[in-house]
Amino acid sequence: MILKHSFKTAVIGLKSHKSRSALTILGIVIGITAIILVMAVGRGAENLILDQIRGLGSRTIIIEPGREPQGPSSFAEFFTDSLKQKDVDTLLKPTNVQGIKELTPEVILVTTVSYGNESIRTNVIGSSYLMAKILDIYPDKGTYFTDEDIRQKASVVVIGSKIKEKLFGDSDAVGEKIKVKDRLYRVIGTLPQKGQVSLFNADDMVVLPYTTVQQYITGTNYFNSIIVQAESEEIVSRVVKEIKLTLRESHNIDDPEKDDFHITTQADAVERVKMITGILTILLVSVAAISLLVGGVGIMNIMLVSVTERTREIGLRKSLGATEKDIMQQFLFEAIILTAIGGVIGILLGAFFSFLTSLILSQIVSLGWAFSFPISAVLLGLGVSGFVGLVFGLYPARQASIKSPIEALRYE
Amino acid sequence: MVIIEVTNLEKTYVNDGVETHALRGVSFSVNSGEFIAIMGPSGSGKSTLLHILGFLDPHTGGEYKFDGKSITDYSKQEIAKVRNKKMGFIFQAFNLLARTTVLENVKLPLLYSDVPESKWNELALQAIESVGLSHRINHESSQLSGGEKQRVAIARALVNNPQVIFADEPTGNLDSKSGQVVMDIIQRLSEEQGRTVILITHETYTAEHAERIITMRDGQIESDKTVGQRHHAREQFIK
Ligand SMILES: Nc1ncnc2c1ncn2[C@@H]1O[C@H](COP(=O)(O)OP(=O)(O)OP(=O)(O)O)[C@@H](O)[C@H]1O
Ligand SMILES: [Mg+2]
Repeated sequence: MILKHSFKTAVIGLKSHKSRSALTILGIVIGITAIILVMAVGRGAENLILDQIRGLGSRTIIIEPGREPQGPSSFAEFFTDSLKQKDVDTLLKPTNVQGIKELTPEVILVTTVSYGNESIRTNVIGSSYLMAKILDIYPDKGTYFTDEDIRQKASVVVIGSKIKEKLFGDSDAVGEKIKVKDRLYRVIGTLPQKGQVSLFNADDMVVLPYTTVQQYITGTNYFNSIIVQAESEEIVSRVVKEIKLTLRESHNIDDPEKDDFHITTQADAVERVKMITGILTILLVSVAAISLLVGGVGIMNIMLVSVTERTREIGLRKSLGATEKDIMQQFLFEAIILTAIGGVIGILLGAFFSFLTSLILSQIVSLGWAFSFPISAVLLGLGVSGFVGLVFGLYPARQASIKSPIEALRYE
Repeated sequence: MVIIEVTNLEKTYVNDGVETHALRGVSFSVNSGEFIAIMGPSGSGKSTLLHILGFLDPHTGGEYKFDGKSITDYSKQEIAKVRNKKMGFIFQAFNLLARTTVLENVKLPLLYSDVPESKWNELALQAIESVGLSHRINHESSQLSGGEKQRVAIARALVNNPQVIFADEPTGNLDSKSGQVVMDIIQRLSEEQGRTVILITHETYTAEHAERIITMRDGQIESDKTVGQRHHAREQFIK
């Protein structure tokens, strides 16, 4: 029998068993939709986090006090006071570290800011203009503070979009004075909406000169971190090495095990996030695999239930002159057609639901959430349901086609 | 010319270690164009014999030569071809494809033949007409009466113009009127078209439409006689 007729026979067979075909397709659709949805969400989450980290720029190096946190017990080391103005000055000497383009210390705390009757708790960041550069966020109204403001410990503040919204509503903020922890500061700039950048929510923060924060708000002389921007991406690892040597020397540390600071680069962070999202993806995929399995069991059930009827049909066809090859071709086409229809519907539904989910998540979680469509999920879904269809459709067909026609016709 | 020749044919079924000897040494031959009826009590092995003759089930002992060639010398492909082109099988249980129209059912053997597709409709319509069912072409098989189903099965057996027709109690499920119609068709296959017909029946009257009656008992041939006074379905009709 020529292929065209095998194909036609398969189509006629599927059409004359509409509910069986529909249920099989449904099983395939469920499996593929589920796996695409789950993998799309996983991928979206990974991309979002990676984007945020990359948002810091690949040339960024972060120096933090204390040893790298190894677990809950060493968490306290986070809050040590080992990084001070002296370190900033030392690092800025080109004879110590070569290739630093810019550098800013940072002081971070959470406190209340208020204007009139409105008040809000938010992140207060003491920093320099470099902060704006690294986060890639510049005032849409007013200006940022200058190095001169830092030297003068000026009482000026730049506020994020959410703070501006909350304290001032639609009216102008620039020029007004807001209170940050009991003292008044003049708003010199407001930032546009930006969302999450790495660990910072750029909308929910106020930025002041770090000297001002140390002087009037925290009353301390140490920093929460020092952020360094290297001149180029290629020299990052050398700069890191030189920073380590310089700080050890100025802190009188001989044993690297006893470092009172640690350094993170974007590359490290990307590595760590990839590992975490990798584990998450495996988890999500296992969940999706279960739905694939459910779909597969559905297909299997329908196939097995119809084996009796199909076995008789195969016996009849053979008694009329069909060869084993004719029979297998017919059933192969049936499986291919079902998988193809189910696959296309599943891919469309999967894409649709992933898109919908990404829309919802971009509202709830972060504007940075992007729709991503994982081809590997499509292949996996098609592969598994195709495999199930083939095994449970073709295996009984094969069993029936090697029987004598009478044996097959007699099958119960 | 001998078309079918069996010598000491045996068939033993084995189910869960239990052996059933359905055929125990059957020998006879059939000339091309002969019309033979097989009779015998229930369980005597008639259907078993017909299935083996029709290439639908393997035998377990003795020899079967079809067209001068032992069945063991036929390849799988050749067996499929013989079933398709040279034999037409009419089952007692009709065995029509469910949820499929009369026309599609009758076309089924053509699907596996080398007849070009352009001729399929014409051939199928001819076969359907010869069993008088032209007005039922687009009915699904479940919408037909028993007699009509049997006639569809006959049309299907005829559509590829086979040399030999096997019929297993084709009138068994039918009333005498429908039975007459079916017997008339079968008799004409033999007399007007010169096909070889082997028919199982347990009614002596039906058997006497044939030229020769083989009677079986306990898996063996009890008697093999030529019919003296044949009946003609056509004449019965006219009465
Ligand atoms: N698949 C089978 N497995 C075991 N025994 C079988 C099988 N098919 C038939 N038999 C046995 O073989 C014997 C002959 O059966 P067969 O169907 O050929 O009888 P028959 O002459 O056609 O009877 P009937 O007139 O009732 O149709 C019976 O005893 C039956 O029980
Ligand atoms: Mg029988």
